[in-house]
Amino acid sequence: MDCYTANWNPLGDSAFYRKYELYSMDWDLKEELRDCLVAAAPYGGPIALLRNPWRKEKAASVRPVLDIYSASGIPLASLLWKSGPVVSLGWSAEEELLCVQEDGAVLVYGLHGDFRRHFSMGNEVLQNRVLDARIFHTEFGSGVAILTGAHRFTLSANVGDLKLRRMPEVPGLQSAPSCWTTLCQDRVTHILLAVGPDLYLLDHAACSAVTPPGLVPGVSSFLQMAVSFTYRHLALFTDTGYIWMGTASLKEKLCEFNCNIRAPPKQMVWCSRPRSKERAIVVAWERRLMVVGDAPESIQFVLDEDSYLVPELDGVRIFSRSTHEFLHEVPVASEEIFKIASMAPGALLLEAQKEYEKESQKADEYLREIQELGQLTQAVQQCIEAAGHEHQPDMQKSLLRAASFGKCFLDRFPPDSFVRMCQDLRVLNAVRDYHIGIPLTYSQYKQLTIQVLLDRLVLRRLYPLAIQICEYLRLPEVQGVSRILAHWACYKVQQKDVSDEDVARAINQKLGDTPGVSYSDIAARAYGCGRTELAIKLLEYEPRSGEQVPLLLKMKRSKLALSKAIESGDTDLVFTVLLHLKNELNRGDFFMTLRNQPMALSLYRQFCKHQELETLKDLYNQDDNHQELGSFHIRASYAAEERIEGRVAALQTATDAFYKAKNEFAAKATEDQMRLLRLQRRLEDELEGQFLDLSLHDTVTTLILGGHNKRAEQLARDFRIPDKRLWWLKLTALADLEDWEELEKFSKSKKSPIGYLPFVEICMKQHNKYEAKKYASRVGPEHKVKALLLVGDVAQAADVAIEHRNEAELSLVLSHCTGATDGATADKIQRARAQAQKK
Amino acid sequence: MSPLDRIANVSILKQHEVDKLYKVDNKPALSSNEQLCFLVRPRIKNMRYIANLVNADKVAGRTRRYKVIFSPQKFYACEMVLEEEGIFGDVSCDEWAFSLLPLDVDLLSMELPEFFRDYFLEGDQRWINTVAQALHLLSTLYGPFPNCYGIGRCAKMSYELWRRLEEEEDGETKGRRPEIGHIFFLDRDMDFVTALCSQVVYEGLVDDTFRIKCGSVDFGPEVTSSDKSLKVLLNAEDKVFNEIRNEHFSNVFGFLSQKARNLQAQYDRRRGMDIKQMKNFVSQELKGLKQEHRLLSLHIGACESIMKKKTKQDFQELIKTEHALLEGFNIRESTSYIEEHIDRQVSPIESLRLMCLLSITENGLISKDYRSLKTQYLQSYGPEHLLTFSNLRRAGLLTEQAPGDTLTAVESKVSKLVTDKAAGKITDAFSSLAKRSNFRAISKKLNLIPRVDGEYDLKVPRDMAYVFSGAYVPLSCRIIEQVLERRSWQGLDEVVRLLNCSEFAFTDMTKEDKASSESLRLILVVFLGGCTFSEISALRFLGREKGYRFIFLTTAVTNSARLMEAMSEVKA
Repeated sequence: MDCYTANWNPLGDSAFYRKYELYSMDWDLKEELRDCLVAAAPYGGPIALLRNPWRKEKAASVRPVLDIYSASGIPLASLLWKSGPVVSLGWSAEEELLCVQEDGAVLVYGLHGDFRRHFSMGNEVLQNRVLDARIFHTEFGSGVAILTGAHRFTLSANVGDLKLRRMPEVPGLQSAPSCWTTLCQDRVTHILLAVGPDLYLLDHAACSAVTPPGLVPGVSSFLQMAVSFTYRHLALFTDTGYIWMGTASLKEKLCEFNCNIRAPPKQMVWCSRPRSKERAIVVAWERRLMVVGDAPESIQFVLDEDSYLVPELDGVRIFSRSTHEFLHEVPVASEEIFKIASMAPGALLLEAQKEYEKESQKADEYLREIQELGQLTQAVQQCIEAAGHEHQPDMQKSLLRAASFGKCFLDRFPPDSFVRMCQDLRVLNAVRDYHIGIPLTYSQYKQLTIQVLLDRLVLRRLYPLAIQICEYLRLPEVQGVSRILAHWACYKVQQKDVSDEDVARAINQKLGDTPGVSYSDIAARAYGCGRTELAIKLLEYEPRSGEQVPLLLKMKRSKLALSKAIESGDTDLVFTVLLHLKNELNRGDFFMTLRNQPMALSLYRQFCKHQELETLKDLYNQDDNHQELGSFHIRASYAAEERIEGRVAALQTATDAFYKAKNEFAAKATEDQMRLLRLQRRLEDELEGQFLDLSLHDTVTTLILGGHNKRAEQLARDFRIPDKRLWWLKLTALADLEDWEELEKFSKSKKSPIGYLPFVEICMKQHNKYEAKKYASRVGPEHKVKALLLVGDVAQAADVAIEHRNEAELSLVLSHCTGATDGATADKIQRARAQAQKK
Repeated sequence: MSPLDRIANVSILKQHEVDKLYKVDNKPALSSNEQLCFLVRPRIKNMRYIANLVNADKVAGRTRRYKVIFSPQKFYACEMVLEEEGIFGDVSCDEWAFSLLPLDVDLLSMELPEFFRDYFLEGDQRWINTVAQALHLLSTLYGPFPNCYGIGRCAKMSYELWRRLEEEEDGETKGRRPEIGHIFFLDRDMDFVTALCSQVVYEGLVDDTFRIKCGSVDFGPEVTSSDKSLKVLLNAEDKVFNEIRNEHFSNVFGFLSQKARNLQAQYDRRRGMDIKQMKNFVSQELKGLKQEHRLLSLHIGACESIMKKKTKQDFQELIKTEHALLEGFNIRESTSYIEEHIDRQVSPIESLRLMCLLSITENGLISKDYRSLKTQYLQSYGPEHLLTFSNLRRAGLLTEQAPGDTLTAVESKVSKLVTDKAAGKITDAFSSLAKRSNFRAISKKLNLIPRVDGEYDLKVPRDMAYVFSGAYVPLSCRIIEQVLERRSWQGLDEVVRLLNCSEFAFTDMTKEDKASSESLRLILVVFLGGCTFSEISALRFLGREKGYRFIFLTTAVTNSARLMEAMSEVKA
């Protein structure tokens, strides 16, 4: 442990930089890195190498090979490049490999070398060829910037949502700029380029010359420029070996450095840590690596091999043929603890813990020292934080052990920071393993978030690890395990060499009823791969039948879709399928399908009733549903048809249908209606007045009211109107006419089948008490009291009631007795009652 | 009053720059406005109206912006129609997922009166999803329901669909404490009898006489004793109404006059007050008294009006006949009463109602009556009612007595054997056959006709029968009572068999353990196809007796007239 700081290099007074090995690479490169186009994705992403690029004057007949490796050098894919010459490679934020061809076409490949799609950067680019290209990342996604042969720039800020922008021309630009880069400020992408001693900034509209403040005079050319990971800082390397470092807005200079090397560097990248005040850049030449910052001296490393720099959020990755290293500024917590002779609380705590393990009393001394200063909390925090920044599990452990030890002496130290760090480190160590090969640092991991990390594991098809992580971190199933299983299943269905049954079974065994897994999504993927049968098998596992429908329709399994839709209970869905079916099948088949699905049938009938009447008829015909067919024609007889002939014809058809349906009643009623309709027509022709569409009853009434008694009686006979109805009808009509004479004649024509009480009632309704009294005398004994009361003869009513000795009648009369006038009557009733009770 | 009025009345809409309101109808819009917004139920008919309007505008060469808002949800069929009519591109569509309107403190209405016809006649299941959504909404607000009971096919489908929604969005309601202990689903077709009876409880009577729409009633000049009509909200906030709504009508008058006397006494107090007391009286009590006075005079007016109308049509006779039908005696007399009713053309809806009541209580009409009553009816009210009869038959409301028991027995056996989904198919196949109501047997089993010794005191009700003058305990309410008492359907097998509906019960003990005893007293009753005010009153009574609190969720408040109108065919 004494030599723990051996690989620490001071830069200036306040900062140390250290470089440590991530992996020893065993990727067995055949070519030198310098002979390849190289692209390495940030956040410990994959590395793509395109060997044998075209710019080397080699025989064009040899097809180059595109290789993709994990950061630890494990081959992920290798394919022969069959398209045109490639100018530049780069990884998008989704870890898709973008290959910019000379003709401006951009081919997009997946991590495993699977071709995804391609797009073009426009005609202008196609004509003038691509001279240089950059893939850059902004908060919106990944962009492509292109320098064409005509020295014009075209860029797209987001390849996911391709919008090409041609940048304005740089005045007087005759040759390619010596160096250029994309800047992203205020959500707008700019291009900064250097032409000779001048710098130009290109935005959407204009090109403006810019000068970095505090730049030493005498610069005749800029050889290299570098923008920091967050687009906040910019570094310029001039032909005099002078390096300017400042803000990307070119408003402020941070520092400068003269390295006295005039050779153009191979790469120059920023190496800074978020929230750190230190600014440094790493410059690489063929065999030399230099870390330069705000200090008179630089840190120098010798490069044994061809190396490639990958800028990261908090440092720089450097990989070569044999190793993969990480260079970064030593974080404050680590520095405090490990700096030689440090008396920081964390350092003391670590020491105390070590002594404690050795069972030495010194542990107590150290601890006491921290406690006296009241810095134990700080010490624990420091150890936890430092653990996060350590790469070696041993060192992580001893720091965490120290933190844990310190915690014991604290009363109320919230445990979550410690627990979370332990969890995070376990996850980090797992993904850093060279089998996985994602060398994330703690800060990168936090920036990336666990969700994205899981996505990346899924992308690498590392499903078991991803699931283990989810389970370990106890992520909610829907976000965690289920999602990953769903991805796994989607991958599984693409394995064409496995039979449908096996795939479906395997998927169901793994997934079971895991919540949040959509079998229909997986089935859709299977269908996308052309495995319809598998898709149907998978859909069987989908518990929500509604979800199965859209895909089934897409796969032209409409009948199955129909029964699933019905199962779902969602009528709207059923209807969607129905209309689909209607267009897909011929009419006969469609109707047959409906016949087996009553729910769908009734739904479709409803639709037809309003929208396609003829179809409705056909439907009934097809089913031999004569009853409904009859009803249909009945409705047509008054809703659709206007002419009397048409209406009668419709009724005739209805009659036939009813006979077929063995509904004789309806048939007879319809026949009657036909007769009535014809008759009404004749009446209208012969007499004044409106008869059409009246009911039989109303027709007769109208006739009586019009004084056509003969015809009314004829009609009543023809249609066999029962006596009772006729009497009611006539009574009401005559009373309405106030034809009292005729009424009296009618009442005497024969014995009333409805009695005479109605006569009294109706007369009273017309307020004719005189006539009413006439009939009251003829009312039979059972209604006598009621009749007398109706005409207002309370006294007589009382007499009758007493005579009847009917208790109910008595109370009825009593309730009609009002005030003084009927006082005597009331007394009489009371007496009668009393008498009745005595008996 | 329309549901929209309850949420945003005309003045609020005007504040939001609504120029004018029209009813969506088959006629051109007279408005000169640049944009029209249609707020419609998702029905094909409405789509046709809109299409006609838009196309008329096109012919006239005017351009407007059109927006169609579907409530409670958009249906694919509607969009299809818009497309077929060639205006899909001209309108923009939106959804307003509005499914529950609180009409009162204990009454939620979905305001879907069409539910009844759509489901029970046309077999259209579209609204079941809406019901499930509404229940889902309730359970997100009030936590899960530990005990679920139901009877009827629609009830079962609604329940299952709702469960599925809950499962899909698991987690949200999982940890919540249930606030409503029980939920009870009822299909309207399980008990038509109650809905068909004349209502004699005040609120029901007001509904039967004046028609309560969306919890508000239009009192005409004969009630307000002025020359204007008045819209009155009827709910628990109306203190006078709240005291009489559940009372039998015979008590209401007495109650109101007592109330009037009290009010007078309170007014009279001001005599002999000094200045200070008077000031107090004017500033604090007078307003309340005046308000009460106004309400009182309104309800007295309504009572008078009801009395006048009811006595005219011989209400007593009608009620007597109904009771005879319920009890099943003097059938011949009742039949001739109905015949006379038809012959006299008293009212097409009333006649129909009585016929249906006769049919259901008697398990169908005997063939002779079935034919003659129908013939009489057609003669009185017009031949188009042939279709009405076909509807009623399909819904099982008016049927012919089957020659034997065989077919129905087979049907009930078969539907017991197969799953519910298939049962739908079979019921459909059997729909041409008469459905049996078995009312008489059920009535006996559940003791629906109380044996009365002496006069039934309507002032101090003994049981739920008071809502029908002590003659009949509403079947729907009795079933709820029985199931709640047992907390299951156990021992009701025979009734369930007679009802010929499938029943279900589900109790989640884990949830029930979490429920407080108070929430276990709270019962949500879901009426699919509508409920009547009488049923509400009866259950309120039951609640008071047994210490429950009922909350009602209905697709719409209904009554006999609405049911009959839903089944009637009318000439366009």
